[in-house]
Amino acid sequence: MSDTSTLTKKDFTSNQEVRWCPGCGDYAILNAVQSVLPKLGIPKEKVVFVSGIGCSSRFPYYMDTYGFHTIHGRAAAIATGLKVTNPGLSVWMITGDGDSLSIGGNHFIHAIRRNIDINVLLFNNEIYGLTKGQYSPTSPTGLVTKSTPYGSLDRSFSASSLAIGAEASFFARAIDTDPKYLQEIIARATAHKGTSVIEILQNCVIFNDGAHNWTTDRASKDDHQLRLEHGKPMIFGAERNKGIRLNGIKPEVITIGENGMTEADVLVHDEKTPEPTLAYFLSRMRAPEFPTPLGVFRAVEDSTYDEQVHQQLEDIRLKKGQGDLKKLLFAGDTWEVKGDQNHA
Amino acid sequence: MTTTTRVELDRVTIRFAGDSGDGMQLTGTQFTNTSAIVGNDLATFPDFPAEIRAPAGTLPGVSSFQVQIGETDIYTPGDDPDVLVAMNPAALKVNLPVIPKGSTVIVDTASFTRRNLEKAGYDANPLEDGSLEGYHLIEVDLTKLTLNALEGLELDNKAKTRCKNFCALGMMYWMYTRPLEPTKEWIERKFARKAILAEANKLALQAGYNYANTADLMASSFEVKPAQIAPGIYRSISGNQALALGLVAASKQVGLPIFLGTYPITPASDILHELSKYKEYGVITFQAEDEIAAVCAAIGASYGGGLGMTSTSGPGMALKSEAIGLAVKTELPLVIVNVQRAGPSTGMPTKTEQSDLLQSLFARNGESPLCVISCSRPTDCFDVAREATEIAVRFMTPVILLSDGFIANGTGPWKIPDPDALPQIDIHRPSDPEDFKPYQRAEDTLARAWAIPGMPGFEHRIGGLEGQNETGNVSYDPKNHETMSLLRAEKIQRIAQFIPEQEVVGPESGDLLVVSWGGTYGSVYSAVLQAQREGKSVAHAHVRYISPLPRNLGELLQRYKRILVPELNLGQLSKLLQYTYGIKVETLNKIQGQPFKVREIKSTIDALLA
Repeated sequence: MSDTSTLTKKDFTSNQEVRWCPGCGDYAILNAVQSVLPKLGIPKEKVVFVSGIGCSSRFPYYMDTYGFHTIHGRAAAIATGLKVTNPGLSVWMITGDGDSLSIGGNHFIHAIRRNIDINVLLFNNEIYGLTKGQYSPTSPTGLVTKSTPYGSLDRSFSASSLAIGAEASFFARAIDTDPKYLQEIIARATAHKGTSVIEILQNCVIFNDGAHNWTTDRASKDDHQLRLEHGKPMIFGAERNKGIRLNGIKPEVITIGENGMTEADVLVHDEKTPEPTLAYFLSRMRAPEFPTPLGVFRAVEDSTYDEQVHQQLEDIRLKKGQGDLKKLLFAGDTWEVKGDQNHA
Repeated sequence: MTTTTRVELDRVTIRFAGDSGDGMQLTGTQFTNTSAIVGNDLATFPDFPAEIRAPAGTLPGVSSFQVQIGETDIYTPGDDPDVLVAMNPAALKVNLPVIPKGSTVIVDTASFTRRNLEKAGYDANPLEDGSLEGYHLIEVDLTKLTLNALEGLELDNKAKTRCKNFCALGMMYWMYTRPLEPTKEWIERKFARKAILAEANKLALQAGYNYANTADLMASSFEVKPAQIAPGIYRSISGNQALALGLVAASKQVGLPIFLGTYPITPASDILHELSKYKEYGVITFQAEDEIAAVCAAIGASYGGGLGMTSTSGPGMALKSEAIGLAVKTELPLVIVNVQRAGPSTGMPTKTEQSDLLQSLFARNGESPLCVISCSRPTDCFDVAREATEIAVRFMTPVILLSDGFIANGTGPWKIPDPDALPQIDIHRPSDPEDFKPYQRAEDTLARAWAIPGMPGFEHRIGGLEGQNETGNVSYDPKNHETMSLLRAEKIQRIAQFIPEQEVVGPESGDLLVVSWGGTYGSVYSAVLQAQREGKSVAHAHVRYISPLPRNLGELLQRYKRILVPELNLGQLSKLLQYTYGIKVETLNKIQGQPFKVREIKSTIDALLA
C-alpha cells in the first residue's frame, strides 16, 4: 500500500487535457474532488472512478487513479460488481441526470437498495448536454429544448425523492458554485459506509444556463438555500428568521417572531433517524415555495451488500470448511466402473 | 410366480409421461441413476412445459422424460421409445404419435375417467376403441395398486395416490431387471424428516415391482448389460450442473474467485442455482436487477480482478449486447454462457434450438470480435466451461459459451476427472509500473496485461471510447481506429493457434463430411456411425470452436466431395462455412424445438450418397 501522507492534488490529476466547455460547472466539481481526495487518507491505487455516458462521465480520464468509463446508465451495475469483488477499493461513481435517472434508473435504485459501499456523484444539470440539448428527466415541465420545441410534457423526477424512496442510507445535495462546501460533503460521503449519493446542482452553460440560478445566485442565496445541519433547527434566510415547520404532515415555511412562531416551532434536522420520512419531506421541498435544502439529508448506519456477501462466504467457510474441489466433483451418487467389469 | 423369460437387449428407450404434477422428471431421473449405477451407458431428454402448473390433466400440462440405456455407446436419448408409460389420457394423446407400433404402452387405467378423457380431447376412450391396436398395451390400475399397498398408513388418499409414480417405476425396474435399493436409499434421504412419506414411497415402489413380477402381464423381462465404459468413478450429471462445476474447477485453475452476475431465465437458471451453493469455494453469485446489470456487474468484477461470468439465454443475450461490446473494447476476460432456447423473442423457453450462433458472432455494434465455443453434450460442459475460462483469461477477451436446453437439462454418465491433474492457468500481469501501458500486448497472444485496481503504480483509465494504441488514451485518430480494429480482430484469430486442430471421425477424405456443432453431436455421430457400418464413405466433424474456427478446417473441408451441415436452425453454421471458405454445403434444418432423431440425419446421408 502506498503512503497517503504526502499526497497532493497533483497526484490525482492525470495528464489528459480537460475537454468540457469553458464555464462548465464540471470544472469546479473536478477541482473539488482532486482537492479533497489527498486529504482523505485513501491510497491512490485504491481509488477507482467508474462513470457512465454523458458530459460528466468523462471525469475518470482526468483523474490519475484507476478509472473505467463505461456505457450509458450502467455505471452503478459495473461499480457493484467491482466493489463486491474487490471490497478494499474506494469506488466512486460519476453520473448525470440522464445517465442515472433515465437510461440507468433501474441500476441506480437497485445499487441504493442493496446499499453497496460506493460514492455516487450525480451531476444534475437538468439537460442532456453531450447529445446537444434535449430535455432530461429532471428538466422542469414545459422546458423548451431541441427535442421539445413546444415545451416538454414530462413531469420531472426528483433525484432526492427517488434515492430516498429507494431508502438511500446517505443522501446529500451540493452545488457546483460552492466548492468548499462540496468538499465537506464529499468528505462526509466518503466516511459513510454504504451507498452515498451526492446530487450536485451543476450548471450547463451551453444548453441550460442558469437552471439553478434561483438557488445559487449570490444575492438571494441565503433566502433560497436551507443548509442542513444534524441536530440543528432548519433555519434559513439572510436574517436567519425563517424556518421549516411541520404542520400536520405538511412542511411549511414560517417566519420566527411572526404569528406567534418561535424557534421552538422549527423542525430540528435529524439525518440519523432510521425512517426515511424526514429526508423525504426535504426532498419534496422545491422552489419557489421552499428554499432548496443543501447538505446531508440522511446518513444512516446500515450493513452494506458487499460486506454481507463476504461475511456470508466467511460464515459458510467456517461451517463447511474451505471448499475441496475433489469433494465437490465426487459428490452425489457415484459408482465405480472397474476394468474387469466389462464384458466382451 | 410367472414363467417369464429374460431377454437380453443391447439398448432400450423408455419414455415416462404424465401430468406436470405426477413427478415424471423425478421418476425418469431415478430410472436413469439406477441404470447408471448398474453400468449402462445412457442419455436423457427431459421435456416439460414452461407453465409451472398447467391445469391438471390437460395437454399443455404434459411432462415427459425419455432415457435411452445401452451396453454400447449411447449418444442420444433414442429416436423411438420402446416403452411409453402414460400416467393419464393427456400424456397418451401427446406422446402416442411418436411411439412406433409394436412398442409397449403402459397406462394407469384409473386416470382414464370421462373427465380426464374430455380434458385430453378424447371423444372415446382410446383403451376401448381400438386406437391402440398394434401396440403392446398393458393396463394397470396404478392408483388402486398404490392405495392397496399403502393401506394402513396414516395418510389421506390424496397423499397416497401421489406415490403412484413410484409404483410405475417399480414395474419398470422389474421389466428391465434393475435393483430397487438405489431408489429406496434415495427415498430415505429425500424424506429423512418425513418417515411416513419415505415408507409410503418405498411401499409403492415395491408394490409395482411385485405386481409386475407376479402378474402375468408381460411375457418377458429384459436385461441391458453394463456398457463397455472406461474404468473410473462416475456420476450422472446434467449439462447445467457440469457447466457449473467446470466453472468452479476453472476458478481453482486460475486461482481467482468466480463472480457470476446473472438474472433468472429458462433454461439457464440452474447454473445460478448450482453456483449459489458453492460459497465455500469463494463463488459469488449476484442475482442482478436485470440482464444488463448482470453482465455489467460481471464486467465490473473482471475489471476488479475476479473471474466475471454471466449466464443467460437468447433474450438475455440480446439485452447484454452493448455491455459485451464494452468488454470487447476494454479487453477484459468475461465468460458469457448462453443456454439457447427456441426463439425469436420469448419463443419456446423450455424447448431447444441452436439459433443463436450468428447472434453470438455478430449481434453487437461495430467490429466487435470475440471467442465463441460450444458444448456437445451434458458431460462435455465441464471441459468447455474450463476452456472458455482459460481462453478468456489468456487472451483477455469475452468468450461466449453456447449450450442449449437439450444439453442443459439432459444427463449422461460422467467420468469424474482428477481435479489435481487440472493444469494451472497463468495470468498475464504487468510487472513494471515505470513503462506500463494498459494496452501493451503480449507478443504471442496479443493479450494486454491485466492490471487491476489496488496495484500501486499501475493506475490507468479504460473505457468504451476508442483509445490510442498502447496507452488507451481517448483517440479519434482515423488510422489509429483502423489499427485497433485490426488488432482486436487479430487477437481473436490468434486463439486458433491455441485451440486444437479439427478432428474427423471416419475417412480422411471421401464422399461426404457431416459437419455439426453443439447439442446435435449425439444424433449426428450416431447417424454417421450407422452409415459407416454400411460401408459408406462418410466422416463426421463436430466443430467445438466457432470463433475462431479451427486453423485446419478450411483445408479439411476440401477433402470431401460433399459437405452436409445439419442444424436446429435455418442454417447458421452452414452460412458461416460458406462465406468463410467459399464452399458449397448441403443443409439439413429442423426448427421444431426438438432434437434431431438419428434417422432424420441418416436418411439425409443416404439420400446424398444415393
